[in-house]
Amino acid sequence: MAQIFAYIVHKDGVADDTALELLTAAKKIDPAASVTAIVTGHGAELDAVANEMAKAYNEVWKFDNPALAYPNAELVRPLLVKAVPSGSIVLIAHDTFGMDLAPGLSIKMDAAFVPDVADIEGVDGETLKLVRQEFGGQVSTHVTADISGGAVLTPRGGVFAATESGVSGAVVDKSGEIGELSAKRRFIEVVAAEVGDVDITKEDVLVSIGRGIEDQDNIEIAEELAKAMGAVVSCSRPIVDAKWLEKSRQVGTSGQTVKPKVYLACGISGSFQHLGGIKGNPFIVAINKNPKAPIFQVADVGIVADILEFMPELTEAISEAN
Amino acid sequence: MEILVCIKRVPDTSENEITLNSAGNDIERDDLVYSVNEWDNYAVEEAIQIVDRVGGSVTVVTVGDDESEEVLRREMAMGANNGLLLSDDAFAETDGRGIATILKAAVEKGNYDLILTGAMADDGAGQVGGMLAAMLDYPFASVVNKIETGDDKKLKIGREIEGGNQEISEIELPCVLSIQTGINEPRYVGIRGIRKVASVEIPTMGAGDLGVDAGALAPKVKRLDYFVPEMGEGAEMLEGSTEEIIAKLLEMLKAKGGLK
Ligand SMILES: Cc1cc2nc3c(=O)[nH]c(=O)nc-3n(C[C@H](O)[C@H](O)[C@H](O)COP(=O)(O)OP(=O)(O)OC[C@H]3O[C@@H](n4cnc5c(N)ncnc54)[C@H](O)[C@@H]3O)c2cc1C
Ligand SMILES: Nc1ncnc2c1ncn2[C@@H]1O[C@H](COP(=O)(O)O)[C@@H](O)[C@H]1O
Repeated sequence: MAQIFAYIVHKDGVADDTALELLTAAKKIDPAASVTAIVTGHGAELDAVANEMAKAYNEVWKFDNPALAYPNAELVRPLLVKAVPSGSIVLIAHDTFGMDLAPGLSIKMDAAFVPDVADIEGVDGETLKLVRQEFGGQVSTHVTADISGGAVLTPRGGVFAATESGVSGAVVDKSGEIGELSAKRRFIEVVAAEVGDVDITKEDVLVSIGRGIEDQDNIEIAEELAKAMGAVVSCSRPIVDAKWLEKSRQVGTSGQTVKPKVYLACGISGSFQHLGGIKGNPFIVAINKNPKAPIFQVADVGIVADILEFMPELTEAISEAN
Repeated sequence: MEILVCIKRVPDTSENEITLNSAGNDIERDDLVYSVNEWDNYAVEEAIQIVDRVGGSVTVVTVGDDESEEVLRREMAMGANNGLLLSDDAFAETDGRGIATILKAAVEKGNYDLILTGAMADDGAGQVGGMLAAMLDYPFASVVNKIETGDDKKLKIGREIEGGNQEISEIELPCVLSIQTGINEPRYVGIRGIRKVASVEIPTMGAGDLGVDAGALAPKVKRLDYFVPEMGEGAEMLEGSTEEIIAKLLEMLKAKGGLK
């Protein structure tokens, strides 16, 4: 069986939630695998992450260099190509760093690439069988990857439960093998997302609208419902892309992480990037005209309806009850 | 600046319910409404705006069948100068890596400073741009939501990372960027615009023209089937008349603290 590596994303000395999920994913490929974590970065923060990872992974490869202090995929990719033996399987979380690093890595390693892996079924000879989703989660598919030349996989965050194995692994300092670090892309700075007029992360009840709202003029319908409920309006990404609401109202991986008690998803299909922003297990009510919308798989309560008709009726009923 | 934008014709998920065909080996494609991949439309708009600022031309390219010509034409109606259809029976069964291989061959037939793709397409993969960059040995950046042109050697770009934060970098040309939605507001294409480009000749290139060897397109990754997953218990569906549904829902909302 090929050697398995997990690339660990971390920030401010703390490993990302996906760090231990990758170990679970690796064990689904090969339960007997001795999985090696790879951490790149610089200084005390890197050491903290490396030591933390050694409590779960049998071996941790540490690459320390000031140039790696901020994760630049254009620098990390050649480093991995050099360090990882050919034919290996490399796991990288499917986040914006993984999207930067992984596809090109698979080409440079001449290995199979399977992005956004939703499940792993196992290996048969040199064939790895996995599950992915397409069309925004409306359908799933089984895919096979020929891993005879290795593989790069990017597991979706949150679908593999973290492994708490409590081993005492070894941290191996590989900094000496980094060699020259240069890239045609130079990191300058991170500009923090704008703060808006309301803080949806602090609200208990959210009336969240998606592309199903259809038109800017219909936003009012959601605002009226929110007002009647004592809630605040949030939204999915397309609403912000269309400039109908401020970016600070967007729920999802590239928006806000909210933890309300009640989340009303109106005309939202339920893509994993959207769901990734909903935490704390709220009571989710989904209203969608498509009975097959993926949001119904994660909602507590579902209503098949046209939101443009249903929301005003709900508003009216609430107003009447008061 | 000479810009190549890679675009894909995809079923429009906001217009269609995606269902499985009876054999379960594909989605039901008969009544699907197709359009240009959402992300690609932003990429084309961005390319047009860059060329408006600094000069040059925009070429849109797709790997697809004859029907894919319609999305090339649509993006030309938007303002792309040239279209290029890469089509061959040998391209049909390939994977993302194969698509990138075909696109690489097309890039090498031209002289482009900048190549744009969408951040992802209908398969949710987000792979073709990064693969293409690696094959070309060009620098790459994904989920780009800002492009500033300065001199003709480099760009200043923003990537939209987690939490909506923006990572600013400098990248040397030529490069490949995958574009995130929201980077601009794609212009509206009216029927008149479509008509204007209706009879423009769009060149087609096949494997032979591109010098792509069918062996290089053998997929490492294959799709076996499509299925609808049974995830957990799913939602309790409220049924009945609207009044009944609302009555039930209000009760639940009260119990869960959803009404103040
Ligand atoms: C890197 C990356 C980051 C992303 N980050 C985010 C993020 O942070 N947040 C986010 O939301 N998305 C994010 N996305 C986008 C995400 O992939 C989806 O495209 C998006 O969530 C879809 O939004 P939607 O559900 O509103 O629209 P759609 O998927 O188009 O769904 C619209 C839904 O409305 C229903 N509908 C239509 N009309 C009506 C009606 N009249 N009544 C009732 N229902 C109706 C339809 O049946 C459909 O289910 C990201 C994508 C990428 C690549
Ligand atoms: N068949 C294709 N022809 C041209 N470009 C494509 C094709 N498939 C994917 N792309 C490009 O790659 C991007 C990402 O697609 P994907 O990697 O399939 O998620 C798309 O937004 C397009 O820009």
